[in-house]
Formats: sequence, C-alpha cells, structure tokens
Amino acid sequence: MNTALHEYKTGWKRGLIETRISLTSVSDLMGYLMPMAIAVLVLVFMRGAEFEGAPVSLGSMNMPSLIGMNVVFGGIMGIVGTLSMDRTNGTLLRAKSMPGGMTGYLIGHVVSTAMFVLASVAVMLAAGLVLFDELDFDSPDRWLLFLAVVVMGIVTTLPLGAVLGALVNNPKNMGLVMLPVMGSVAISGIFYPITALPDWLQAIGQAFPMYWMGLGMRHAMLPDAMAAVEIGGEWRTVTMFAVLAAWAVASLALAPKLLRRMARRESGSAVAERRAEMQKQWG
Amino acid sequence: MGHPPACDGPAIAVSDLRMRYGDKDVLTGLDLEIEPGGVTALLGPNGAGKTTTIEILEGFRARSGGDVRVLGVDPVNGGEAWRAGLGIVLQEWRDNGKWKVRDLLRHFGEYYLPYADPWDADALLDLVGLTAQASQRVQTLSGGQRRRLDVALGIIGRPALLFLDEPTTGFDPHARREFHELIHRLTDLDGTTILLTTHDLDEAEKLAERILILAGGRIIADGSPDKLARSAATTAEIKWIQDGRLQIHATDDATDFVRQLLATDGGTVTDLEVHRASLEDAYLTLVAKFEAGEAETAVDAFKEVTT
Repeated sequence: MNTALHEYKTGWKRGLIETRISLTSVSDLMGYLMPMAIAVLVLVFMRGAEFEGAPVSLGSMNMPSLIGMNVVFGGIMGIVGTLSMDRTNGTLLRAKSMPGGMTGYLIGHVVSTAMFVLASVAVMLAAGLVLFDELDFDSPDRWLLFLAVVVMGIVTTLPLGAVLGALVNNPKNMGLVMLPVMGSVAISGIFYPITALPDWLQAIGQAFPMYWMGLGMRHAMLPDAMAAVEIGGEWRTVTMFAVLAAWAVASLALAPKLLRRMARRESGSAVAERRAEMQKQWG
Repeated sequence: MGHPPACDGPAIAVSDLRMRYGDKDVLTGLDLEIEPGGVTALLGPNGAGKTTTIEILEGFRARSGGDVRVLGVDPVNGGEAWRAGLGIVLQEWRDNGKWKVRDLLRHFGEYYLPYADPWDADALLDLVGLTAQASQRVQTLSGGQRRRLDVALGIIGRPALLFLDEPTTGFDPHARREFHELIHRLTDLDGTTILLTTHDLDEAEKLAERILILAGGRIIADGSPDKLARSAATTAEIKWIQDGRLQIHATDDATDFVRQLLATDGGTVTDLEVHRASLEDAYLTLVAKFEAGEAETAVDAFKEVTT
C-alpha cells in the first residue's frame, strides 16, 4: 500500500467528515452566518445610497466585496482558529500520535475549511442575486471569472492561515491575527470605494489580499461601467491574480516548515500547560 | 499488511537517560528494560519525572542524553511505521469533541491500515463498554467514558506497546474500578506490552506485574509487587513504653530484639507493639520526604528499606 497516498485519502475523508460536522453544528453555523447576515442586512439598507454618479447603488457595489471579504476571513480565520483551538484541546497531539495523522489532520482541515468557505460563498451569492437586481451575473464568462477568483482566494488564504496559525501558539493571541485582518477590511474598499482614501492608505490596502479579493468579486459581478470607480478606472485583472498568487506562493513556501516546527513542539505536557494557563485566565 | 514489525529484543531499553531543563536535572541516569508482554507500572511522586520519561519514550520530547530504544528504534528517528506500533493514552485529552464516538473510531482506525489490521469500531466499542454511546458526540461523554474512548483510540491499531499516562487521575472510585477492569481485559488480549505511570501505589499493585519506582531522577526500586512488599516488610518497628516514655526501635530481627528486651527490662516494659513496615509505609514516607523537598535523603532512606 502506498502510505503517502493513503495519508492523503484519509485526510480527504477527514475533511468531508469535518465539513459535515461544521454544517450540522448550530454553534459553528451561527458564529459564522450571523455576522454575514448582519452585513448583508446593512447592505440592503444601502440600496438607496449612491457613490458619485456610479451606475449602481452602494449596496449592490458592496455585495460582491462582502463575498470577497468572506473568502479571506473564512480562509484565514478558519485555519488559524482551528489550529489554535486544536492545540489546546489535544486534537493536534492526537493527530501526532497516529501514523500519518498530522498529514491527515492538515489535509482534512484544508478541505473542510475550503468546503465551508465555498458553501458560505454559494449562500451569499444566492442572497446577493435575490436582493440586488443591479448585479450583472448572467453570462458564462462572469461565472467562470467568479469561480476563478474564489478558488484563487481559497488557495491564497488557506496557506496564509496555516502560516499565521502555526505562529499563534496560544488562543489568547488570536487577536494578534484577528485585528490586522479586520484592519485590512477598513482600508481595502470593502464597504466604501478605496479611491475615497488618501493615497498612502490606498497603497497599504493594495499590499494585502483583502483588497484584491474584493476587486476580483466586483469585477465578476458588477456592470463593466463600474470599473470607472476603481483605481486607474480599470479592473486590473492580471495584477489581481498576480498579487493573490504571490501571497499564495509565499505562504505555501513558509507553511510546511512552520507547521513541522509546530508539530514537533507538541507534547502532552505542552497541551496541559496551555490548558492550565487558559483556566487561570478565565478563572 | 499485518502487525507492526515485532522486535526481537526488549520492548523498551533505556540506559543512562538524562534530561535537563535549564539548570534543573529531572532525569539523572535512568536505566530501564522492559520485555514484551505484561503490565509494568512506573510509580513515583508527582514531579519525579514520570511524564518526562514517558514523553521521551513516545517520541514527543527530545532527551538531553543517554540511549533509548523503543520497539528497537530510537524514538527520535521513529517513522510512521514505528508510530503505528505504539498506542498512547494521555492524562487529559479533550480532542475532537464534536465528532460522534463511532465515526471517530472508524475514521482513526483507517490511519493504521497500511501497517496493521485495525480494530473494527463496533467490536472495540463493545470491548471498552461504550456501545450505548456510539452515536453520541464525544464532548457529551463523562470523564470515565472519555478515558475509555481514549483507551479504544490507543489500542485501535493493535499496538505492540501501549502507554497509559496517569490513566485514572480525577476518577471517582466507581469509574476507577471500571477502568481497572478494562485494563485487565486488555492484558488478556494478545501480547501487548503496557507501560503505565501512576503516583498511586495501590493502582500499581492492582494492575502491574512489575513496579518500577522513579524518584530523584532514576529508578530506585524494581520488582513484582510481592517482591517489593517482602523486601519492605523485612524491617519492623517496635514501640513500647518504659519509665513513662515512648520508645521506638527499628530492626530486621524483631523476634530476637523483643526476646532480649523483655529478658532485661525487669518488668518495666508495657504497651509493646511490633509493626511490620509495609510497602505502602515505605512509599508514603518516600513521597512525604519528596514533597518536603528532601529528594536525596528520601531516596536513600527508601533504598535502605527495600534493598
């Protein structure tokens, strides 16, 4: 039996089981869907708002951006949250104690996080198309572009999440990842066009995947005339894929090394120490 | 496919194992050899280095020095096939809480397929007494049920060597007794070697054929519960009252001492008591001294009693 192939297969199966568990755990679903539902609701109220003579309302304009944000958020925080929780409750150590367990664990979580992100994208896409009739989403080239950007986003954010998750060795430090990701939302033109920001903030915003995911989603879902609102008055398709790919390559290069280091440090007393510290903090 | 490669030599062979954290020596030349089969208990007070020892054997921790072979392989170089031959049950595992019990066993068994013929999930549930909980989520199990699931996950790949680290910590007497029964059932199965750590002498005497006492960073006593008990019991403590004062004397030959005492006391000795030191007394004295920070004198005193 080819053991490497077997590890990938068990990892894939683990991913499917984890996906089923996520989609049937009320707490998981609510924790994820509630913020999204609130954001969509806000956009619905923004259907009447205009941005400097743009052809569609601010609400319609932000719906695709929100889907892009959801991919980045779900991809990064999904993996970071899982890795940090699983180090405290011993799931990671359990994986380490089984033959091929670590490979199976990582593949499983990459698969299940990707599935979860895809499912939430599908739900948001459906909600967006029903609620915002100004979206332009009725030709195969748009569907293909949409799918390509979503897949690119997942390929970029999952390894990035793994890098950050391997670095955050304690759930109490989750905020160190959470805050910058939230911050990048503010400067990435998700809820208001980035061109309204000062130039130097625009430059910072464009360094992160958040902006490019929002741009790609707007490109796929908004009428072409909307490009006028973007930086340079165009969609910058090639640059968008190139920046996301650069983040993906950098993360994929770093992730295996950091994950191996993380796995090597795992032991029963390390888990017990982390748990004792958490209990002390939460009284 | 088949069982993990059986090694011809001992299941565990350790010589001169040393572990240092900063400037603190936890293990100071530990020697240990365990032949395949049977239950061995590594007994010692808290902080004696039991968990450190077992984590080194499990390949979860790098050592400072010494030679270690587990199933014939140095744990530092242990690959996946070696890993498949080990079963590990830790003190407190709360992993995979959202999984259903049977799903977890079924899925985790698959990892062992390239190396062994893993247990069927339902047969294993029956063995550890969790059939009724098969469709429950893991996080809804009681402490005792959870630990039995951990044992099931530990033996699912039919390991040649099973580690149990303080398996009954925090159990009520009922859960503890059920757990002990489970361990007895495991020893009947096949030649699995079990190494369990505990700080509880009573548990070690109940479960193990061989007890190793770890204190002061090395093994200070080694033998069957009977042998250890006999060697501890060779010393007797004699108490009596003479001239209104309590007298205490320890001796190896109580009969001779008492004969002489009564022949020469002129009738003044009263309240004579002869008390044979049990292994428990010797061990409790060791633990008390150890906790008072007198590790070295504790070890020496214990050795005097048991050797």
